[in-house]
Amino acid sequence: MDEVINRNSTIAPELKTGSGSEVGMRVLKESQTSGTVGDIYVDDPRMTCRNVNVYYGDKQAIFDIDLDIAKNQVISMIGPSGCGKSTFLRCLNRMNDTIDICKVTGQIKMEGQDIYDGGLDVVPLRASVGMVFQKPNPFPKSIYDNIGYGPRIHGLNDDKDHLDEIVETSLKKAGLWEEVKDRLDQPGTGLSGGQQQRLCIARAIAVSPEVILMDEPCSALDPIATAKIEELIDELRENYTIAIVTHSMQQAARVSQRTAYFHLGKLIEVGETDQIFTAPRHRLTEDYITGRFG
Amino acid sequence: MSRVEKGLARRYRQERNFKRLGLGAILLGLLFVSFLFISIFANGYTAFQQTFIKLDVFYDPEMIAPVGETDPDVLSAGNYGGLVKATMRELFPSVTNRRDKKKLYGLISTGAAFQIRERVMQDPSVIGQRESMWVPADDDVDMLIKGHIDLNLPESDRRIKDDQLSWIQGMQEDGRVEKRFNTTFFTAGDSREPELSGIKGAAVGSFFTLLICLAISFPVGVAAAVYLEEVAPKNRWTDLIEVNINNLAAVPSIVFGLLGLAVFINFFGLPRSVPLVGGLVLALMTLPTIIIASRAALKSVPPSIREAALGVGASPMQTITHHVLPLALPGMLTGTIIGMAQALGETAPLLMIGMVAFIVDIPGGAMDPSAVLPVQIYLWADSPERAFVERTSAAIMVLLAFLISMNLLAVWLRKKFERRW
Repeated sequence: MDEVINRNSTIAPELKTGSGSEVGMRVLKESQTSGTVGDIYVDDPRMTCRNVNVYYGDKQAIFDIDLDIAKNQVISMIGPSGCGKSTFLRCLNRMNDTIDICKVTGQIKMEGQDIYDGGLDVVPLRASVGMVFQKPNPFPKSIYDNIGYGPRIHGLNDDKDHLDEIVETSLKKAGLWEEVKDRLDQPGTGLSGGQQQRLCIARAIAVSPEVILMDEPCSALDPIATAKIEELIDELRENYTIAIVTHSMQQAARVSQRTAYFHLGKLIEVGETDQIFTAPRHRLTEDYITGRFG
Repeated sequence: MSRVEKGLARRYRQERNFKRLGLGAILLGLLFVSFLFISIFANGYTAFQQTFIKLDVFYDPEMIAPVGETDPDVLSAGNYGGLVKATMRELFPSVTNRRDKKKLYGLISTGAAFQIRERVMQDPSVIGQRESMWVPADDDVDMLIKGHIDLNLPESDRRIKDDQLSWIQGMQEDGRVEKRFNTTFFTAGDSREPELSGIKGAAVGSFFTLLICLAISFPVGVAAAVYLEEVAPKNRWTDLIEVNINNLAAVPSIVFGLLGLAVFINFFGLPRSVPLVGGLVLALMTLPTIIIASRAALKSVPPSIREAALGVGASPMQTITHHVLPLALPGMLTGTIIGMAQALGETAPLLMIGMVAFIVDIPGGAMDPSAVLPVQIYLWADSPERAFVERTSAAIMVLLAFLISMNLLAVWLRKKFERRW
């Protein structure tokens, strides 16, 4: 508890004085342990994270993060480089398991089930929490096989026709169908960068996940491809819960309903995107948003 | 500004010198390689031709078997050596002295008698008839025809004496001496007589040895590499294993021969000189090469592919077999072929397990005693006959041809299956 109190005391003085009364009103809803400003709780969460700590060997990368991820919403995670937002995102489908020295403590629950519970199998978890990576990484196989791979290994398709259908609907949802329907047998690596990224999104959708994690999905793309992906994210929100890490604050403002600001491994502030970008309540958030650093 | 310009000339000079140095190194290397190839080719190309002498053979029923005889046992027991001698006496009736006759018989290879016997066994109806037939000349005659014998030397220092010379000249004038393509070299096993020796036995031995070597080292090597690279936890033990594998790759090959002798032959009691043991020993030797190459190939598969597979929920096993292995396979195959080429050229460990024996028969399987190509080269290089010099070079050419084609195959495989992402 000592540490927690210390952390609270170091952050608290940085609160903007002007919004003091507002803080007072909301204090009950805020985290009691991590010192995060804003609403970490939502009424209808898809995933709930409590006291999440991540260590790379001896180095702690993430400190005591509490955060709810709401259903059918886009939550964006912003912050300067090395602030732990990608690390946190990768905790949500246990991609950090692949790093030997990485250790995660705390609780991440999905539908009431702790995903770090020893009894839980990581394979179905990753099927229900899909991921799109920073660099488009289609398999060096045909477009069809790229989409069909996930359903095939999970046994989601009844027969060949059903698989064709899954491939078609996935590509349609990803807005790629019209562009590739005549060349499904050509390698996915032959598409343009933006198309590859949409292919990767279609691949994630094909296994019908509930949550899609996106780790800077547009950082390798040009503005036009970026606009397409953003449009797509907005459409996907109807059916999926999306968590997106981005370096672009404009992107966060455009696509997300909630925004979380990370700084040096801590979750500084969470709130409605409009509120974060127009009236940030924490000094660090304000400094970052106004471009004073980052 | 002037300071910069002052130094500029020196900087450019250094650059030119550096370029020249590199170019010089390349040229020197090429010079040595071309020297090697030219000397081997110059020495060896004559081995692909062999001198033949035309004999008018009378299949004498008295020496072979009565006319109409078909029993193979009787036919094969005939005095074919005497037949060759009689034919030669007939060709040079003037030779009567016993010593001169011996010199005369020496012009024809001992293989001639076998050739005639084969002809008779094939078609017994020739008994009692006369036909002309080309038989291999003795290796000394062959050397003379190919110009490897210096006729200016005193007669006592020459392998071919003066009267033999005159007989050969007489036959040449009759059109009885001819150089023909040396098929024996590609169809026979080893022999004490150069004109009867061939590399087929060694080539087949090498083939079985490499087959055993490949069958063991490829699956074991790939499995070890996959485990170490993809599955094993990174701790002190795997570090130790990795260091040891790298060290094994640098162990002198003869040590593997000693190991094979101690383990496979002395402990397990496997026979000596057989391709099975040779293949086992060479498999031990090539394993580190294959493991290192396979691990490098696995490492070069971008992590994004692994993440993509894991991200859609593939199990680690599926990630490896569906995505990582297919992408790493060309690199693994290349490493394996390079390792096999290395094994093909390896001599030292095979000497330790007795593959240096003189073996005439062409092996029919991995359990038959046999020689291998590099050991055959070593054996021939060790033989005193002048005719083995060109055969040594010819065998080296065959070995080099195999090595180059294996390396080309490796390059082709890499080019064909290389994927870009």
